[in-house]
Order: sequence, then C-alpha cells, then structure tokens
Amino acid sequence: MTDWIDHLVITPIILPLMASALMLAFDERRRVLKRVLSLATAALLIANAAALLWLAGDGSGPLVYLLGNWAAPFGIVLVADRLSAMMLLLASVVGFTALFYAVARWDRSGPRFHALFLLLLMGVNGAFLTGDIFNLFVFFEVLLAASYGLILHGSGTERTSASLHYITINIAASLLFLLGVALLYAVTGTLNMADLAHRVASTDAGDLALLEAGAAVLGIAFLIKAGIWPLSFWLPRTYAAAAPPVAAVFAIMTKVGIYVLLRLSSLIFGDASGEAARFANEALLYAGLATMIFGIVGILSARQLTRVAGYYVLVSSGTLLAAVGIGGEALIAAMLFYLVSSTLAVSALYLIIEPVERNADEEDMIAGIAEPVFDDEYVGAIEEVTDEEGVIIPGTIAILGGGFIFCALLLAGLPPLSGFIAKFAMIDALLKASEVEPAGWVLIGLIILSGLATMIIMTRAGIDLLWTPGEDAPSRLSLVEVVPIGLLLTVCLGLMLWAGPVMAYLEKTSSALHQPAHYVAAVTDAPQAGREQ
Amino acid sequence: MEIVLALAIGILTASGLWLIFRPRTFQVILGLSLLSYAVNLFILAAGRLRSDAPPIVGRDPASADPAFYADPLPQALVLTAIVISFATTALLLVVLLASRGLTGTDHVDGEDGET
Repeated sequence: MTDWIDHLVITPIILPLMASALMLAFDERRRVLKRVLSLATAALLIANAAALLWLAGDGSGPLVYLLGNWAAPFGIVLVADRLSAMMLLLASVVGFTALFYAVARWDRSGPRFHALFLLLLMGVNGAFLTGDIFNLFVFFEVLLAASYGLILHGSGTERTSASLHYITINIAASLLFLLGVALLYAVTGTLNMADLAHRVASTDAGDLALLEAGAAVLGIAFLIKAGIWPLSFWLPRTYAAAAPPVAAVFAIMTKVGIYVLLRLSSLIFGDASGEAARFANEALLYAGLATMIFGIVGILSARQLTRVAGYYVLVSSGTLLAAVGIGGEALIAAMLFYLVSSTLAVSALYLIIEPVERNADEEDMIAGIAEPVFDDEYVGAIEEVTDEEGVIIPGTIAILGGGFIFCALLLAGLPPLSGFIAKFAMIDALLKASEVEPAGWVLIGLIILSGLATMIIMTRAGIDLLWTPGEDAPSRLSLVEVVPIGLLLTVCLGLMLWAGPVMAYLEKTSSALHQPAHYVAAVTDAPQAGREQ
Repeated sequence: MEIVLALAIGILTASGLWLIFRPRTFQVILGLSLLSYAVNLFILAAGRLRSDAPPIVGRDPASADPAFYADPLPQALVLTAIVISFATTALLLVVLLASRGLTGTDHVDGEDGET
C-alpha cells in the first residue's frame, strides 16, 4: 500500500472539517461558492467511502490508522473495517442527497447551514471510524453540537421549543456516556476498544459487576441516541420540527447509536469475552421489541406525515436492536441490509414529504386568495388556474406520486424492492436458527405488522395528499428537489438489483464481527510508519 | 479523602437531578451543570485518588517508575469534558433565551400550565 492510500482512513474526518472551517471565512452572500464547496466535499466523501469500502472488503483485514504514529493502546487509532466503511458510505450518500436538496431553498433560511452540515458529517464519520471509546465521545459531541445548530436552522417557536428538549436530553445522555467511560476505565484501565476486548475477558470476578454497570450506563447513552422506548419520546417531535433536509440526514444519527452498540457488543461482549459475554443481549431484545410496538402504535395514530416518518425511525431502530439482541451471523447480515435500506428509505421519505404537503397546502392557500378582501385586489392568479381545469395529470403529481409509492413500498417492505429483501432475509435467518425462540416469533410478527401499519398509513396519506383530485394546478417542483429523492430511490433500486453481491459483502461483515480477534490483532499489531517491525 | 469526594459527588448528583426535574428552563440548566461537575469528579476518581503525586514524568529517567505518579489520563479526559460541557451549556443558554423570547415563558414546554 502506498502512503496516500493509508491516509484515506482519516480524510473522511479531515475533509469536512477543513471545508467547514474554510466556509466560515466567507460571508453568507457568497452562497454559490458555499454550495459548490459543500457539495464537492460531500461528493468527495462518497468517493472516499467507496474507496475505503473497496479496500476494507478485499480481504486484507481492517485498515488501521495510528494518529501521531503512536502504538495502539497508548495512541488513538482510527479503524476502517467492513462495517465502518459500509456505514461511512451510507452516511455520505444520505449527507450528499440531503445537502443537494437543501440547495433548493432550505440553506437560505438561516446562516451557516453548510458549515454546520459538514461538521455533522465529520462527527458521524468520526464516530464510525474511531477505535477508542473516549474519542467516540468527542465525535459524538461534534455531531451533536452540529445537530443542535441544524435543528435550530430556520428558527420558529416549534423548532426552538423542540430543540430545547433535544439539547437537554442529549446533554444528559452525554453525561451518562462519560460516566460509562469512566467506569470502564476504572475497571480495565484502557479506553482503546481493541485493548478493552482483550482485557474484559480477563476481568476479576469481583470487578465484573462494576464493568457490567459501566457498560450498561454507556449502553443507555447509545440507546437514547438510537431512540429506544421509553427513552424516545423526544424523537418524533424533534425530527418533525426540523427542516426536511436536516431531518433526512438525522435518519443516519439513530443508526450511529445502533452501530456503536453492535460494534461494542460484538467486540467487547462477544462470545470470547468470558464471564461478561452477551450480558445485555436479552435487555436489547426486549427493549427493541417494545420500541417496535411503540413505533407501530405511533405510526397508526400519527396525523402528520413527518410524525409517521419519526415513528418509522423508531420501528426500524427497534427492529435493528432486537436483531442485535438475538444475534447470529445470518441475522446480523440481514439486519445490516435492513439498516441500509431503511435509512435510505426514511431519508427519501423526509425529503418527499415536504413537496407532497406543499402541494396540499397550496390548495388551501389558493382557496384563501380566491376571495379577495378588497375589491381592487389582484385575483388573476386564481383565474389562470381555473382555465387549466381538465388538463391531464401534470408531471409534478406523477413524479411525486411515483416517488411516494416507491417510498411506501420500500418502507412497508413489499416486494420487489429492497425493503422486502431486507425483511425477507431477516425472517429467513430467524426461521433458520436451530430453534426459534418465542421472542423470535414475536419479532417476525412485529416485522410483518410494522409493514402492514406503514402501508395503511402511507395509502391514507397518499390518497389524502396526492390522489384526491384538486381543483387547481399542483405547485411547482424544482429539479433540485427531484434529483436527490430520485438518487436515494435509485440507490435502493440498486440494492434490489444487486442484492446478491451486497448480501455477500454483508455476510462477510457479519462474520468479521463474530471474530473480534482479527480486529484486535489488526489494531494491536498495526505497524508504525517509518519504523521496522 | 475518599469519603469527602464520594459525598461531594453524591450531593452534586442529587441536587442536579432534583433541578433537572424542575419545570423552569434555568433550573434545568443549573441542574445539568451540577451533574456535569459530579461526572467530572467521578472521572477523576476513576483514575484512583492520589495526593502529592504529579501526573507528568520528569526529565530524570531514574524517576520513571509509574508508582510515583498519578494517572494523567483521567485528568486529560476531565479537561476535555469540562470544555465540551461548557460549550454545550452556553449553547443551551442561548436556546433558552430564544425560547423565552418566542414563547413568552420560561417553562420547559413553552407553555405555562399554572397561570
């Protein structure tokens, strides 16, 4: 490997940091420059993540980057293995599309949108790459600080009030995170994940309770991010209050919590870690099932599409957590497929909701204008509209309707799209287990039920907002808004068409997760640059 | 020293928890600050309490025995944690003021049920 390839592991963090720092130098009037800069950065991040995916997937094991060239347990390491590379690619695709969508008009509703957005991507990328628990905390704080700014983007009473709750909850969660880190450090004396995996296995029986308490406190912090019931009441409201592109990129944030749980539970509390092995899996399973039930009830009772999307995020978190709880190679691989598919679908849904609802809102607005308050008021706009009555279904409705149906099928998991493949693979893995436990049956039932609930609510919303013939022409839909939605849905289509290779990659990912020894060896034996081994 | 530190952490945590369950935003912020002090002290305690032990190894190679020194890592962690919690508290204060301005009340839900 040549030198510059080694540095690809750190560029997903450096690149957005530099770009957002650079952006602070220009004032808000240089909008075009900022847009070009941030879109170019996001596109580079996709390329970078794809390169890492290719490098990590070629069988040579995880790529390890020693910061400052310090050896592993003492220095801080970044590790890009299959799972990290996959999550990086997912995050950068979601980030790029949301940013593209924001260019339509959302980035104009407040200052510093692009800088904050890139910082968010930096935090997310860092959280996926880091191999050190305290560094994970720092990257979590970076992404949270950026998300505080983004959620306030556009201002307004509802947003401010929702973000007050969001910020308070996340600060409290960060304190729990620190407590957990301190407890783990007190017991094991290390913060490096690979070193932790090694040391946890040889913990004294007397310290075991303290270790598990620390891990549990740490876990709670991630579960709050993942939106587990009963710690998730903030999520639907906050996501609904956020601007659409912000909500679309937030779809990846719950997955950061899930990623960390998956990483730590497989690495530190895998089967090889002695007494502490799999200590929290049952709790994860039941909490996941409870979250799914809460999410399904929420989906059925929601009256706004943004809330539906928020509850769908909860359902998908619950499904993923329950799958992590049950474990097993095949199920984890299927769960990763579901993670990718559902993140893309939810992100697309958040983007498409706004144009769909704008369409419906515009009707009301035009109805209001039709009755002028003053005699001399201009009523030409409405006259023009009535002239167009009887025109064939306009393009906007066709595009929106098509995208909406596509989203609904993806979310509900109906054939033939990737959502179906994901759910099918999960159910298949559950049934293939040597003995299906009652919890497994419950999970299968809830997976199917959540699809039904999603379908019901999406049909209702679709009829309500799109397919009820209105009297007036639909509102305009700019190309900039269509392209990112189309892009996300195309990626989902690609997932369906190339489901075989993707599943093969994910199966390798899952089997690597079940052999943490490789990860540990790669980190502890990482060669220092310029030094003979 | 252990008992003093444990009492301090306990009192800070208890007061902090009580405050974050209060309905006024300012009380919540104070509660979060107290909790963060408690957590910072806790991290320090996680590195074992030592007095009269420097966290930095001197120039003299003869004195490089780790038994002479306090664990420097928790101190570095606390420093980072202090900076981060200071920044987020400042941000939360701004949001509090914005919320107070927009809703006209300092109730955490943006509406005052009592009046």
